[in-house]
Amino acid sequence: MKVAITSTGNSPDSKLDSRFGRCSHFVIYDTETKSLEFVPNSNRDNIEGAGPASVQTVASKGVEKVVSGEFGAKVKSIFDSLQIQLIVLKDTDRTISQIISMLNH
Amino acid sequence: MPAIINQKIKIAVASGKGGTGKTLISTNLFHTLTQLDETVVLVDCDAEEPDDLLFFKEALAATFDRNYGGKEQYEVEQSVPVIDQSKCIFCGKCREYCSYNAIFLLEGIKTIRVIEDLCHGCGACSYACQSDAITTKERSLGVISRFITGDNSSIIEARGRVGVYSPVPVIKAAVKAAGEDGIVILDSPPGTSCPFIQTVATADFVILVTEPTPFGLSDLKQSVETLKTMNKSYGVIINRSGMGDDKVYSYLIQEQIPLLMEIPFDREIASLYSKGELLVKHKPQWRALFMEMYKTIYSKHKYGNSSNQR
Repeated sequence: MKVAITSTGNSPDSKLDSRFGRCSHFVIYDTETKSLEFVPNSNRDNIEGAGPASVQTVASKGVEKVVSGEFGAKVKSIFDSLQIQLIVLKDTDRTISQIISMLNH
Repeated sequence: MPAIINQKIKIAVASGKGGTGKTLISTNLFHTLTQLDETVVLVDCDAEEPDDLLFFKEALAATFDRNYGGKEQYEVEQSVPVIDQSKCIFCGKCREYCSYNAIFLLEGIKTIRVIEDLCHGCGACSYACQSDAITTKERSLGVISRFITGDNSSIIEARGRVGVYSPVPVIKAAVKAAGEDGIVILDSPPGTSCPFIQTVATADFVILVTEPTPFGLSDLKQSVETLKTMNKSYGVIINRSGMGDDKVYSYLIQEQIPLLMEIPFDREIASLYSKGELLVKHKPQWRALFMEMYKTIYSKHKYGNSSNQR
């Protein structure tokens, strides 16, 4: 299963980005192959609609779960209809590798 | 009483910070001007929470002219695309044409949908579609309503529909419905973003209402910077004077911005306002002050005369 995690940078030591639509990078983590892909978020500076555009980015990667600090109002219904699970993590001090080890538990 | 007849001016009452007294100024200025022999229209542009009517309990619903359907309310609508999934070939052209990210498309799983909140109704997607899959429907953004308060005075209220992303189209319709004649007072929404811009865009003069506090000053500066880029004439009213500090005053002197009026931080004024009463009805001295301020603004607009300011 693939999981997207919003990241403030492009390394496993980067911290979770608290915003979904305007995060710096998306980390696409595959729980089976343990592979990591860092995708720069090209929507982060959009004037409008960064959220839905970012849903498109992660959904096209085939993820089933998304981990972020918060999700805006416009994206929740789209994620619901795509049956992608949202995980809100308030503890933004965690790094990507820490979050991955939590997912593996 | 008025020396000049057929006065024609649009005055917007705005502020960066919310709660500084835009409605207090708009409603009292409007009521003061109804004593002139002129057509006066108050437009409540604060479409997210219009409240000007609370101060005019005697206002009667009235019909718009035929351009606005001839009824007491006019529905403000926007065209949004409807995508026929049986005709759509998921080519992505519509998404490519959309500047607002309003088309959500996942080619892989043949999913397409319109995010109506992001749509600006430009029609580019319909133009882009080669498969004839896009039709449009009308979506209600809010209503504008008209009321009369006297022989020559009326109020137009903009009221956005709950859940609609932007009040701008409703504000635009309300300002337009007020027409170009007579005196028009535009009670602006707070802030300095699109709803504010739309309200002040057509104004001949902008009254910025602030309070002598750090928040008031910070947001006043933003409003002033915005109005400068729009080349607007403006002046400032300091409400609740006597509280806070004198930094707003120094700023006005430094920027050479006219101080139009000061309203003291006064329990009685607050109490009248909280009951939906007009200050100028209960305290006639304020009616004179509002009239004097209006005359200053009008003569500046008409003759470019600023000698009697500051």
